[in-house]
This record gives sequence, C-alpha cells and structure tokens, in this order.
Amino acid sequence: MSRFSMLGWPVFRQTKSKDKYGRGPSVESPKYENMRPRTEDADDVVQSVCPYCAVGCGQRIYVKDNEVIHIEGDPDSPISRGRLCPKGAASEQLVNTPSRQKTVLYRAPRATDWEEIELEKAMDMIADRFLEARENHWEDYDEEGTPVNRTMGIASLGGATIDNEENYLIKKLFSAAGAVQIENQARI
Amino acid sequence: MANADLILIQGSNMAECHPVGFQWVTEAKQRGAKVIHVDPRFTRTSAVADKHITIRAGSDIVLLGALINHMIENDLWFKDYVTHYTNAAHIISEGFAGPEDLDGLFSGYDDELQGYNNETWQYEEDPDAADGIAKDMTLQHPRSVFQILRRHYSRYTPEAVEDMAGISQKDFKYLADAFAENSTRDRTTCIAYALGWTQHSMGAQFIRTSAVLQLLMGNMGRPGGGIMALRGHATIQGSTDIPTLFNLLPGYLPFPVAGKHDTLQDYFDESFPQDQKGFWHNGDAYMISLLKAWFGDAATAENDYAYHYLPRLTGAHGTYQTLMRMFDKGVDGYFVLGQNPAVGSANGRMQRMGMANLKWMVVRDFQQIETATWWRDGPEIQSGELKTEEIDTEVFFMPAANHTEKAGTFTQTQRLVQWRHQAVTPPGDARSELEFFHDLGKRLRERLQDSTDPRDRPLLDMTWDYPVDEHGEPDAEAVMKEINGFYTTGPDAGKPLDNFNQMKTDGSTAGGCWIYAGVYAGGVNRAALRVPGDKQDEMAQKWAWAWPANRRILYNRASADLDGKPWSERKKLVWWDEDATKWVGHDTPDFPIDRAPNAKSEKGVFGPDALSGDDPFIMQTDGKGWLFAPMGMKDGPLPTHYEPAESPVSNTMYPQQESPSRLLITAEGNQLAPASGNPGSEVYPHVFTTYRLTEHHTAGGMSRFLPYLSELQPEMFCEVSEELAEEYGLESYGWATIISPRGAIEARVLVTQRMKPVRAGGKTIHQIGLPYHWGVGKEALITGDGANDLLGMTLDPNVFIQSAKAVACAIQPGRRPRGEALVEFVNEYRERAGITEMTGQSRLTYERDPETMEIAEPPTLSEPEHHEGDKLV
Ligand code: SF4
Repeated sequence: MSRFSMLGWPVFRQTKSKDKYGRGPSVESPKYENMRPRTEDADDVVQSVCPYCAVGCGQRIYVKDNEVIHIEGDPDSPISRGRLCPKGAASEQLVNTPSRQKTVLYRAPRATDWEEIELEKAMDMIADRFLEARENHWEDYDEEGTPVNRTMGIASLGGATIDNEENYLIKKLFSAAGAVQIENQARI
Repeated sequence: MANADLILIQGSNMAECHPVGFQWVTEAKQRGAKVIHVDPRFTRTSAVADKHITIRAGSDIVLLGALINHMIENDLWFKDYVTHYTNAAHIISEGFAGPEDLDGLFSGYDDELQGYNNETWQYEEDPDAADGIAKDMTLQHPRSVFQILRRHYSRYTPEAVEDMAGISQKDFKYLADAFAENSTRDRTTCIAYALGWTQHSMGAQFIRTSAVLQLLMGNMGRPGGGIMALRGHATIQGSTDIPTLFNLLPGYLPFPVAGKHDTLQDYFDESFPQDQKGFWHNGDAYMISLLKAWFGDAATAENDYAYHYLPRLTGAHGTYQTLMRMFDKGVDGYFVLGQNPAVGSANGRMQRMGMANLKWMVVRDFQQIETATWWRDGPEIQSGELKTEEIDTEVFFMPAANHTEKAGTFTQTQRLVQWRHQAVTPPGDARSELEFFHDLGKRLRERLQDSTDPRDRPLLDMTWDYPVDEHGEPDAEAVMKEINGFYTTGPDAGKPLDNFNQMKTDGSTAGGCWIYAGVYAGGVNRAALRVPGDKQDEMAQKWAWAWPANRRILYNRASADLDGKPWSERKKLVWWDEDATKWVGHDTPDFPIDRAPNAKSEKGVFGPDALSGDDPFIMQTDGKGWLFAPMGMKDGPLPTHYEPAESPVSNTMYPQQESPSRLLITAEGNQLAPASGNPGSEVYPHVFTTYRLTEHHTAGGMSRFLPYLSELQPEMFCEVSEELAEEYGLESYGWATIISPRGAIEARVLVTQRMKPVRAGGKTIHQIGLPYHWGVGKEALITGDGANDLLGMTLDPNVFIQSAKAVACAIQPGRRPRGEALVEFVNEYRERAGITEMTGQSRLTYERDPETMEIAEPPTLSEPEHHEGDKLV
C-alpha cells in the first residue's frame, strides 16, 4: 500500500485542478487512461432487437470472430432511446452462458438418461415419426361425414420469441400436413 | 402514450414488466399527465403513479362499468363522437333482453350450446336506410344501443364498486373525476392493460369494457388516447398476426370449420358477408392471395385455389384441449418450440402427466428446460406418481439459435415490425426455427415424393423453395417477401405488392399475410429501416414498419370532428385538407384517403366504398365503434360482471355467480374449489394472483439459466399482507405452503404493506401474490416450485385463455410435504372441502325454467352470504 498523502484526497485534487464537477482531470489515472471498452475490438456492430419483452428495445450486438462479445442498448431506437432493462442487458449471457446446450440429445423410451445423437439422424427420426403420427390419427371425415382432411396425431406449442417468418413456415407446413393443433404462448 | 393527459394502468404492472416502455409514461408525467394505477398489489408501477387504488382481483368490470354509468348519468360523455362514430344510435332487435331482465343472462342462452345464440342481439333492419340499419340519432329509442347501455350499467354504482371491488367511494370519485376531466376535445386518456386482464375467464370482456368506456369518452383513434394492450413478450403480437394458433390463418382470417366453411364460397359468405361495409369486405382477395402464396401453381380458379387442401376444425383445438387428448392417447407427437409448458402452462402437473402419454416430443430450446427433463427430474418423479423407467415418451432435445444468430422480424406491442440482422452463426447443432422446419418439410416431401394419395398433395404442392445460405439457413427476407405478397402473373410478375388494396380475387396476386402487405414494398425491407429517432418526428415512421400500412394510430379518422377538423389544436393528428380534397396529417390516415368527411354511403354499395365520411372504424361491418357487440363475443354483447371460478365472494350484481358460457374442462386433476356460498368454500378462503418480475422471463427458460438474472431474483416467494401473516404466523424469509385443489407449492414469505386485504361481498379477502417464473428441475441455476401448478384450467370462451389472476387457495406456514405425502396432503384438503370432479362445473348457478330461463326459486340478493340454503343445480 502506498503511503498516505493528503495530495491524493479527491477533494484536494478536485480543487487543485479546478474540476468543479469531478468529471475531469481529478478523476483521471493511468489505469483509467489504459482502459479500453470491450466494444472497441469488435469487427462488426449489428442492429438487433431484444428478445425478451414486447417493448422491443433496440440492441447493438458487438461481434468479434463470429462471437458476440457485447450487447448494449441502441440509442437510435425511438422506442427505447438506448435503454435496456436487466433482461435485455443480460442477453449476452443468453448467447454465451456455458450451460447452453449445443448438441442434440435423445431420450429413448424408458431410458433414465440422455444420449447424444447426430443431428442428421435426429432429423430423420423426427421426419419418420411425424409421418407415422400423421397417419395414425388421420381423419378424412368428421362425425357428420363432412370432410376434414386432418390429423390429430401431432401438436405444437410455440414460444414468444419465434420470428414472424418462422411462425409463417410453421403454420404453412403444419396446415399442409393436415395438423391443426398448433398453439402459441400468445394464448397462455 | 407520451401525449396522454391521464394514463390509467389497470391489469398491468408496466414499470416491472415493460420497464423500458414505461419511460413513455414517465415522459407523459413530466409533461403534466396524471397516472393512476388500479391493481390488487402495490407494485413498482404504483410507486411512481399519482395514485394507486387496490382492487379485488377479478372485479374489474364492476369498476369500469361504474365509470360508464357515472359518465352517462352525469352527462360527461362525448356527444358528437358517440352519436356519430359509435353504434349508440343503432336499434337492437325486439327480442333482446339483458341480464337485468333475465336474472343474470342475456337472451339467447342455450344450455346445449353451452353458451349463447346471438340472434336477438342483432340490429333492427330499416329497408330505407343506406346501410339497412334502423337508427335513432336522438339516442332516445328504448332499444337504441345508448339506452340499452344506460340501463345495463345503471346498477354499476359507486356502492357496488365498494361492495364488490373493495374500492372506497372516495377513491372511485377521484378516478371518475380524473377520467372525465381528461377526456374532452382538448384532453385524452389512455388505458393500458396487460395479462392482468387477459388471464381471466372473462378477460376478453374486461377489455371490451375499457373499449366501451374509451368510445363513450371519445378517446379512441386520438393521440394520447386509446387502449394500450401491453403484449407480454417479444413477438406475442406477431404470433397472433401470423398465428401459430389453431383457429386463425395469417392476418386474422378464420381457419376453416367443418360444416360452416365447407366450400370456398361458404367460407366467404360466412366470414365476409358482401352486404356490409369496411375492409373485411375484401377478405376474399386476402384469402385467395394466401392460398396462392401457399400452394402456388396448384391453386387455380378451377379448384377454388386449392381451398380443399386446408384441414378443417371441429370445435376448439387449443393447447388445453390438446392436453386432454394426450390423456386419451390421441396425440402421438408434440413439438415444443421455445416454450416451457411444464412450468408456464396452467395446471403444471397435468401438463407433465400429459407429456408422459405422448409417444414422442421435440423440445427446441437453448437450455435443458423443465419441459425437456420432467421425465427425470419432475415433481411427479419425486412424488412417485411417475417412474422414469416406465415412461415411454421419446424426447428429442434440439438446440435452438437465439436472436443474434438468425435474421428475422419480431412484432412488438404497438404492431411495429422490427428486423433483426444476423450477427453470428449458431454454435454446434443449434439451428433457427426457420431452418429446422424448412429441413423437416424437405424431408417429409422426399419421403412422400412418389405418393399418389390425395392427402399428401398439399405437402407436395406447397411452395417450399426458399433460397438457403451455405449453412442451410433459409433466407428470411425471401419468406418476408412471400408474407408481403407479390404479383404472380402479368408484366409485374414477381414484383412485391405495395399494399393490401392490390390483392386480387383472380389469383394474379399471392400474399401470405395481408395486413403485412407493404413491409416489403418496392423490394425494400421496411422492417429494417433505421432512421434514428432523434432525426425524425414523434411518429418515427422511418424506424421499422407498423402494420397496417405503417400506420401508428389505428382508426385515426376519429381524431378529427364530423367536418374533418381536429377536435382541438392540441390533439391534432389527421384532418381533411379542403384544397387537396384528401386526408393528411402526422400519421398515415386510416381511412379511404379521398373520402370527404360529409360523404354519405349509398344504398347497394358495399365494402370500403360504402364507408361514409363519418365511419372511422373501417374494419367494422357498420363503420362504427361498437358500444354493443351484436356479434363476435360468445359471452354477451355487453360486458357483465360475473365472479371468477371458485371465488370466495358471492356475485351481488346478478343471481348468476359465474359466466354461464365460460369454458370448463372437467377432469381428474383439474378440480375446482367450491365457490362462495357452497359448503367447503371456506377450505380455500384466499385468492392468489400470479405475475412476473423484471428480472425473469415467463417460465424461466431464458432467465433462470443466466447468472446475472438468477442472482437478481434467486428464489420463489409469495407476497402476503401483514394481516394475513399475523393470522397464520407467517414470517418474512420463512416458508409458506400454498394449496389449491390442483396442488401445493412452497415459497419464501415476503410480508409487505404493499398487499392489503380488501373488503368485498361483506368479507375480508386476502390476496396473495405469486410470481410464476420458477420450476422444479436440476438444470437451471435456480429452481423452485411453480405457481402454475396451482392453476386450474377454466377458460375464456372467446380466446380460450386460462384464468390465472384470481384463484382460490389456502395457506399455511412451513414447507410442503415431500414425496407421496404431498399427494396425500393435497387430497386431504380436497376431501375436507368435499370436492368432486363436478364441483364448480355447473354453468347455471340456480335451477331455471327451461322455457323462460327464469330462476325457479329466486335467491335473496341482499344477503349474499346466505346462499348455502338455496338449491344449487
Ligand atoms: S430490454 Fe427489457 S424492456 Fe426492453 S425489450 Fe428487453 S425485456 Fe423488454
């Protein structure tokens, strides 16, 4: 620890450097001089939107080497004017938190744990099951004999962070497959 | 909102749940606006409001109805606006009777329908009128909407508010005065609500009541006025516009129903009657454009644009009905996409038990949420109700890409469609929904390519040819272009549409969602427009794109008077420019641009052309704002107070306790507590209301796995008043167990003056606050019991949403039992209350004469507590 000196006192430094509000030279230090914002190294800054609530705050995503290094509020947004709440401010962790599950997992009937399987294999298994379920519960007519051309064997429940374009494809695909039980958080 | 003079926030804790949006409330306050918060709890919103009024959860219609009554009786309503812009002058058919005449029911109640036949709610015809509707512009006709409204709300008095809502007459007067003073030519009031209104079995009617009030006071379509629906999450608005909801097609077109919409012509006749006004008249062009977008060349005039390719509905197929099918082994596979029903849906135990009946499920998420791990870590494994080794369900966990790893649009709460650019590519096996479903679709089509079965034609014929990048990610902009719409033939083939008026009925246009037409006008992605807010005016029309037609305030023709002049200089928005003979202003006019304010509709003309100059509500079949809804509402044309299911308070407004048309799910595991006046109701004497916190996100999938947010709000808690704590010996930071007929959960106790008991129905009612973000599992950083395990499934008949804001419960100090003992504990309470599957399941409170629907033995209304002796159905 350095020796105590009156000269180090903030009030003294402030008065001496005529730094009335304490935002100028009196608060500067070599450490501060050498500090660099995380955002400075970014290769790219991308405009985005917070994925949490329906206010739709603007975000700026700072990217380096295909990794998100920082997320902050977008001052250009007329909705949020640069602000983010704790959720929006924590969204960098949504991307980078170590517990994020990045591989496909499969739990077989009656199994007590997951096993990892290949993405390709999983997609094929899902496609096969989709068609089988569709067949198992297919209905040509309702009780009155009116055509319904549908399957009740497949259902879906979506969350509130699915893009419009994604919801559009989901609705189109399920409807074309005859599946009607498609729902969303919007109803919950 | 920043332009409002009074902001009434009711059914929403906006400062907590829409924190950054709340800056506009603060802004309005700084400009001199008053903010009143009506809520069962004193919250972060109340803390910065000018006044907080404690209301008993579920009694909102009594309060709003009393405001309506107050405005009418004291002559404070906006006469020019109401007479000309609403259906106040319209005369209702002779057969109509209201709940004041029929012991709490409207005319047309049919037990077999489990609801209403709305024949008697229709307008009386007048063959001489241009629009065929009988009217009395003096509003004096006893069957005019205005007089019906006056009669209907006459019993909604300040005394009723005090008795049913627990609000003092003094507080009521404060609210009524503020509302009246700030609803004039010169001043406007905005009402903001959120899930505190929607999550009720009467939710849609709560919102209707506020609409009636806002119309009556002339606050709709005007700057600083209106009703602000605070949608909960990122793109809840988008997911109803482009719905993943069973009963809708994109753009609020109804999904075809068997028996009603068998042919395309049936669909048009029923959905878009051609003898009415407004833009729904062109629904046929929107629908044909949708079919062209989906089925391309396979949709032709000869085959009715492949309308038969669409499956048909036969009743409700919502998420709770689907759950009941799971128990019957009627559903094999379940896709859960960025959602956590094991925690987030009502009746968590049944949700998890339902999933144990599936053959397979696909969970797409960022983390191993409770919906992905219930078969190993769920509460039913702990209680022994399920055994991992016996669960047959296959579970696929498919990692998802997050908002930085894909491009696309969210639609926020004010209908603003905002584009997100892709920042990085997703890690590992993570994929976007777009890629996952595009790929799945391709695999299905490959497997079926040689099929000759007609049922496979829709899958094989649908347009699915989206360009993909080197990682297999489809181009979201190409999908947006399809949603926007484009010309299919002629010199402009392939060119994007500029607006929905260009959509045709001859198949020459395609478009996936008519209300989004224009988002890609001129081939420009308008959702990606990013002119900084400080470089444009307050409407900020160059930041992203709002549907429809980049309009920021809907029905804004109503911001001008009958002559097309602004009601006042201060509240100027759009107006008629005499010289240019068109509507102009700060916002895109929401009206046919050259329709003069004095234009009269002619007989025999329909659709948008039939709109008179004084028909601002251009989507309504009569161009007017509806004080009275002749159709569209399943549970009555006028909002009426009924008690929530299992309420500890008797309805003193009518001898009908609950809404007779609420949607009931009768099942083991979904039992209801006895309502007030029935034996056993004292076993669950309190009411809890669920809510969320700034630091968490719905069922926690995107927050309980993140260190920062978990640290900020680490533990499940319950908010209780000092009085309740005293009564049960609950201590702050100690534990309490909360019990409903569906389950029991434990939570840390937070004793606070922010919760106050209310006096209602002659009783003291304690309300308990429960955040619903926690769930039981092993993967999240923080876990805890889920509040939604306590909820039953009683649904709104209009939108099928569950009731979560006023639910009966019991409370006791200490932690809940573990293992099998927990099941016994819940059963013991149920037995004590004498609950069976049929408890609370009768639609009609009292036996009625099947002919007249009158109550056979009328109860004594003045003594609500004495219902025990009355005969219950
Ligand atoms: S930053 Fe907060 S207020 Fe803004 S959109 Fe995200 S969650 Fe909502």
